[in-house]
Amino acid sequence: MDRPARIVLRLATVAVLLFIYAPLTLVIVYAFNRSGTSAWPPAGLTLDWFADAIANAGLRQALLTSIGVALGATTIALVLGTLASLAVARHRFFGRETISFVVIFPIALPGIVTGMALSTTFATTGLPLGLVAIIVGHATFSIVLVYNNVIARLRRMARSLEEASSDLGADSWQTFRFVTFPTIRTALLAGGLLAFALSFDEVIVTLFTAGGLKTLPIWIFESFRLARQVSLVNVAGLVAILLSVIPVYVASRLTQGSGGVTGGRT
Amino acid sequence: MIGATDRSTPGTMRRLAGWLDRHARVRLAMLLAAPMGWLVLAYLGSLVLLFVNAFWSRDAFTGLVERQFTPDNFIEIFTNPLYRNVTLRTFGMAVAVTLTCAVIAFPIAYYMARVASPRTRGLLAVAVVMPLWASYLVKAYTWRLILSNDGVLNWLLEPLGLRGPGLGESVVGLWLVFTYLWLPYMILPLYAGLERIPHSLLEASADLGGRGWTTFRRVILPLVVPALVAGSIFTFSLTLGDYIAPSLITTTQFIGNLIFLNFGVPDLPFAAALSLVPLAIVVLYLLVARRLGAFEAL
Repeated sequence: MDRPARIVLRLATVAVLLFIYAPLTLVIVYAFNRSGTSAWPPAGLTLDWFADAIANAGLRQALLTSIGVALGATTIALVLGTLASLAVARHRFFGRETISFVVIFPIALPGIVTGMALSTTFATTGLPLGLVAIIVGHATFSIVLVYNNVIARLRRMARSLEEASSDLGADSWQTFRFVTFPTIRTALLAGGLLAFALSFDEVIVTLFTAGGLKTLPIWIFESFRLARQVSLVNVAGLVAILLSVIPVYVASRLTQGSGGVTGGRT
Repeated sequence: MIGATDRSTPGTMRRLAGWLDRHARVRLAMLLAAPMGWLVLAYLGSLVLLFVNAFWSRDAFTGLVERQFTPDNFIEIFTNPLYRNVTLRTFGMAVAVTLTCAVIAFPIAYYMARVASPRTRGLLAVAVVMPLWASYLVKAYTWRLILSNDGVLNWLLEPLGLRGPGLGESVVGLWLVFTYLWLPYMILPLYAGLERIPHSLLEASADLGGRGWTTFRRVILPLVVPALVAGSIFTFSLTLGDYIAPSLITTTQFIGNLIFLNFGVPDLPFAAALSLVPLAIVVLYLLVARRLGAFEAL
């Protein structure tokens, strides 16, 4: 490629990165903004909003709820995603191709459809909305994250290792415990971290299943309307970003180059 | 080592594992039962109930759901111009956002795939992926701050004598926000698609006299169509299913707002019927995408 074209591409790349990162930088600046309004430029910097945020019981409760939901959903997604990936990677059966499709379905459809589907189901069957309903929803679309990570690892793992294990007299549980599990351990961890991050900041499906319960994103969403809370929202937003980005960063280190982190989400 | 550990855990577990070794079908059934049971019951079952609900109605006096088949919801959706306009507006927004994302994503994806050194490439890939996971809600909200009257955008535009689209009726701001939110979903598949093009094809094109633009149009573009379509599945589906960003950025309504509004009334049957509209559009889109080979590029 000729030199001017390279320069144009490089400039375009820098411009896009600026476009992506400038608003994220603003989140940080606003969390420290003394004026506590949306007015730009900021009036000065302060740490006061962090103290206010820590003192706010509603915000603390919402954070705890979100962590609880994310842990619950992640646990379910880990178990179900691993089982499905073992079945697909290690067995041949009728309908095997369909499994990947079914697993990805909840995340490929618009979030509002998933939200409506779950809430009509809870309403029709008379089950209460709330914590369990949120966890069910989050677990359903998090399965694919674990599934994709584990199946990618299983496909790269030499089958001969498992065959050697059973040739040496190990039964299937022992082979899983001592051969397969150590190989997929980091993939499980990565999938789990992604599931946690996804659950932690999901709001579109959550609002349909929460039934009044407040997760951190719901607390943020409802506080938008209250002008007094702008500064608190900014702090909560910074926390929300850190608590979803840090797990994803760790996950990307764990799966170096296998592309697990880039899987779709809604 | 295995033997040693094994002798200390006697009994049932081992015998069960041994029995399962001899019955691969049972083992498979046990692996599949929980995840498929969950997805079929919790998800596909929910979709079926959503569909059934769409044909029920809400009693105007008692507010209770009448569980009797009636096509009234769909008659209302197809005959009331409000719903047609909102559907068309949402669809138009999804198309506009998808096209904009594709245009903006192309140069950076191309730079990552074919110009940058392997080290830079890795850094750029992380730089594009990370914001995708940063809280969606906070990003949308930050744009509300940026677009507000006394926000950053107007502060930047003021010296030029211009003003931003604001947070009123204009949908230009929302178009910008959606483009921002879904851009990484377009960059990543496009980058992967461009990276897969063998260098020899570009050289062959150059050898045969194809200039930069000709090579782009006749070699590169046809080869990345599946990747473009793969990216567009996300930008399209996410735009159709969003109600948070529209409610934050503009007073104009999109189909998601109407669904959420009816969910809150609560008129679940009508909300269910309305949510079948984006569902139908996305399913049709997925069928087209599959024909264009997008699923292999995901």
